[in-house]
Amino acid sequence: MNPETMHSLQELLPQIQGYIYPNEIEIHWGLLIVVYPYITGVVAGAFILASLVKVFNVKEVQPLYRLSLLTALAYLLVAPMALVSHLGHAERFYEILLTPQTSSAMAMFGFVYAWYLMAVLLLEIWFVHRTDMIDMAERNTGATRLLYRALSLFSKDKGERAVAFDHKALKVITIVGIPSAFLLHGYVGFIFGSIKANPWWSSVLIPIVFLFSAIVSGIALVVLLYLIITPLTGGKINMKCVDKAVDFLFYAVIVDFSLEMVDFIHRVYQSEEEIKILSEMVMNKLFASLIIVQVLLGMLVPLLLISLTKIFKKRFSLNEDMRKMVYFISVILIQFGIFATRWNVVIGGQMFSKSFRGLTTYKMEFGGIEGLFYAILLLALPIIILAVLLKILPPWKELREEGEAGAEAAGI
Amino acid sequence: MNGRRTFLRGFLSVLLSGGAIGGILRILPSRADAREAPPKGKKWYGFGVSVDKCIGCARCMDACKNENNVPKEPFFVRTWVERYITRKNGQTTVKAIAPGDEATPETVSDKTILRSFFVPKLCNQCASPACVQVCPVGATFQTEDGVVLVNEKTCIGCRYCIQACPYGARYLHPKTHTADKCTFCYHRISKGQLPACVEVCPTQARIFGDLNAAASPMSRFLRMNKIHTLKPGLNTEPKVFYANLDGEVR
Amino acid sequence: MGKLFEKFPDPLARLIVVVAALFALGAFAYFVLIPKPVKDVEMQWADAIKREKARPVKYAGFHVCEECHGEIQKKKQTGYHKDLSCETCHGPAKAHTENPDKVKPAIPTARTFCPQCHAFNPSRPRGFPQINPVAHNPLKPCSSCHNPHDPKPPTTPKECSACHGEIARMKAVSHHVQLECTVCHVAPQQHKVSPRSVKPSKPQVREFCGKCHGKDAKEKLAANAPKIDMGEHGEKYVCWQCHYPHSPEVEQ
Repeated sequence: MNPETMHSLQELLPQIQGYIYPNEIEIHWGLLIVVYPYITGVVAGAFILASLVKVFNVKEVQPLYRLSLLTALAYLLVAPMALVSHLGHAERFYEILLTPQTSSAMAMFGFVYAWYLMAVLLLEIWFVHRTDMIDMAERNTGATRLLYRALSLFSKDKGERAVAFDHKALKVITIVGIPSAFLLHGYVGFIFGSIKANPWWSSVLIPIVFLFSAIVSGIALVVLLYLIITPLTGGKINMKCVDKAVDFLFYAVIVDFSLEMVDFIHRVYQSEEEIKILSEMVMNKLFASLIIVQVLLGMLVPLLLISLTKIFKKRFSLNEDMRKMVYFISVILIQFGIFATRWNVVIGGQMFSKSFRGLTTYKMEFGGIEGLFYAILLLALPIIILAVLLKILPPWKELREEGEAGAEAAGI
Repeated sequence: MNGRRTFLRGFLSVLLSGGAIGGILRILPSRADAREAPPKGKKWYGFGVSVDKCIGCARCMDACKNENNVPKEPFFVRTWVERYITRKNGQTTVKAIAPGDEATPETVSDKTILRSFFVPKLCNQCASPACVQVCPVGATFQTEDGVVLVNEKTCIGCRYCIQACPYGARYLHPKTHTADKCTFCYHRISKGQLPACVEVCPTQARIFGDLNAAASPMSRFLRMNKIHTLKPGLNTEPKVFYANLDGEVR
Repeated sequence: MGKLFEKFPDPLARLIVVVAALFALGAFAYFVLIPKPVKDVEMQWADAIKREKARPVKYAGFHVCEECHGEIQKKKQTGYHKDLSCETCHGPAKAHTENPDKVKPAIPTARTFCPQCHAFNPSRPRGFPQINPVAHNPLKPCSSCHNPHDPKPPTTPKECSACHGEIARMKAVSHHVQLECTVCHVAPQQHKVSPRSVKPSKPQVREFCGKCHGKDAKEKLAANAPKIDMGEHGEKYVCWQCHYPHSPEVEQ
C-alpha cells in the first residue's frame, strides 16, 4: 500500500465539512480529467472554426482554416493520453476496445473518438494538403521526399479530376464533420450529464453547455495562436480575419454564458434537496474558480472588452494595435475561464458528498501521474505536436493571404 | 459497374445505420432490462436492515474487513454504520462510526437530542445497478442471483462506477487499483453460509437471504415490517431493504 | 488494382486501398490474433464468479462451534446471548476449526470490550442493556460478575436503576428527579425474579397525574409542580400521550 496516499488522505480528514460517506474522501477524477474535456473542447471548437470557412462560406477567416484544422488534430492526439494515464490499470486500456459495453458512455466514446479522428479530421487534412504534399515531394529529396510521398499515399495525380474530387470530398467531410464535432464534445458532456447519482452533473443542459464552451475555447485558442505565430514567423496579422473570428467568439461566449445562467437559475429556482450543499460548495470551495475565474474573468470581462471595441468602433478601428491588445487579453482570459469551467464541473462534482451532508477537499499533487507537472506537460504537448505539424504541412501561405483573396485562391 | 457501386453504398449504409440503431437499442432498454426477480427455484439474494435493532457496535465493519481483505484504513469500507442525531432545533448531524471508537458514554442524556439512531450501510446490490450501466469494459456485472460483482482481472480502474454509485458503496482498492465493493460475501453465500456481517451482528439488525424463499428470516422480515429503500427516486431498485428507516437517512 | 484507379479519382482509390487494408488488419487482429477469453465478456464473468467463489472463508459460522463446544453452546442457548454467534466476540475462527490446537481464537477480557455494545449511548435502541463504564464497578473485569455465555445481573437487584438504567439516568436530570419509581409504579416482588412475566403496574388514568398537576392539587410533593386545569387541558388524551413522565418535556 502506498503510505504517501494514506498520509495525504489522513491530512484531508480535518478538512471535511459535515458528513461524507467514508469512501468519498478521495477525489477520484483529478486534474487529468479536468485536462481531458478541456482538450477535446479545443478540438471541437477549432474544427467548428474551420467549418465556418468551408460550410458557411465565411471568407474572412480563410487564413485560419489550415491552422485550426492542425490545431484540432494536435489536441485530438493528446486527448486520450489524459484519459488513459489516469486509469488505475493503463495497461488494460485495450479492454475498452475488445469488450466495450454499449450501455456505457465511456466505452462508446472510444468509437466516437475513432470516427472523428479517422473519418473526419485526418481525411479533411489529407484532402486539404494532398496537392501540397505532392508539390513538397517533388521539391525535396531523400528522406523528406519519402515522407511526403508516404503522407500523400504515393499520390502524384494533380489532374483536374483528382483536384475536383478533393474539393467535393472536402465539402462532404466538413458537412459530416460538424455533427461529428458536436457529437465528440456533446458526448464528453454526456459522460458527466448522465450520472444520475450526481446532481451537480446530472443535467440535460450539460452536453450543450460543454458544446458551446468548447466552441468558445477552440475559437479563442486558434485566434491566440494566430496572434502569436504570425508575428513570430514574420507575417502580418490580418485584422479583418481576426475581427471576424472574434465576432463569432463573442456570440459563442454570449450563448455559452446564457446557457450557464439558465442552468444556474433553473437549479436555484427548483431548489431541490441538494441545493443547500451545492450552494455551500459554490460559496466556500468553488468561489475563486467559479465566480471569479470562470464567470467574471473568463466571461464577463472578455465580453466587456470585446463589446468596448464594438461600441467605440471608430476609435478602435483607427488603432489596430489597441484592438489587437484587447483581443489578445480577451482570448487568454477566455482560455483560463474555460479551463476553470472544466475544473468546476469535474472537481466540483466530487467535492460534495452524495449524502448531501458534507464537503471534502481536493488537494492537488505536484509530482506523479495525477500531479500538476504532468498536467502541464499534457497541456504543452499539443503545442509541440502542432509545431511539428506546422513544419510538415506549413500553412504560412494561407496565413499571410488577405482573407478574401485567399478564399478565391482556394477555389471556393 | 453501377450495380457494384450501388451495392457498396447500400452495404455501407446498412452497416452504419445497423450499428447505430443496434447501439441505441442496446442502450435504451438497459433500464427496462433490469433483471426481474427470476422464477421460483432460482436464487435472488436480498438483505434486510432493522434500523431499530442496530446498537452501533461496529462488529460488522470489523468482520467485513477481516473476511474480505479490505484495507484497514478508514477510507476504504464495504460496509459502515452511520450515527444520526437529530436535535430539537431540527438540525441533524451524522457521523460514520469506527470500530476503534472509544466507548465514550454519554452518561447524562443530552437534553437537546430529539432522536438518535444507527443505520448500517452497504452496497445495495441494486436490481438496476448504475455502476454496471456505466462500466466501459463489463468488469462490473450482475450475477444470475442478483449480486453485483467486480472482475478485478479486467477492471481498468477508470472509477466511472464509483462516480455513478449514489450510495458511496465503492472505492478504489489501493493495492489492486481496481474498483471494489461489498459482494454479499459471495464466497460464503455460495457455500450456504451467511455474509460475515450478518454472521457477527449481535442483535440481528442485519438479515440476509433469498428473496424467493417461501419462509426464511428474510421473507419474514419483509412481511412483518414497513420497508423502505435508500434513494428510491433514482430507480436503482436496491435489494437492501430497511425497516423503520428515518427520513433523514440518505 | 489498376482498374480501381481507372474507375475512381486517384485520391479516392488510394483511400479505398488504405481503409480496406486497415479494416483487414483490424479484422485479422480481432478475429485471429486475439484469443477468445480476452474478448468474450461472458467468459470473463464466469471466470470472475469462479474466482470470487474460491476466496477463503475466515468466519466459520455459528453452527460449526457446537461440534466441539457443545456445553458452552447449550448454556448460551438459554441466555440473553443466545442469538450471538461465537465469532461475534471471539473473532474469525475458520483457522481454528482447521487447526484447533495451534490456532486459538481470541478471548476478549479487556474492560473496553463489552462496552462496545453495552456502554450507554443515546443512539442505542431503548431498553438495550447499557451501563456507564466509568461508574459501573470501575477496574473490575466484566467477567468477574457476568458470565458472557449466560449474562445476567450477578445478584437480584434492589434498585430499579440496576435494570432500568436508561430511565433512571433520564429521570435523574429531569424535573421528576425527586420522585421514587414506586410513587407511580407498584412492583411486585416476583418482578425481580422473572421480570418479563410479572410486570409492575403503570398509572392508567389522567387523574393520577392530576394529583400533583391538577389546579388544586393537595399533594405536598407537588408544591412547585406546574399546574393545569384538568377540565380544559389535554382534551380527550391521557397525559403520557403528550408528556414522557420520565423526562417531562415542558420547560419552565
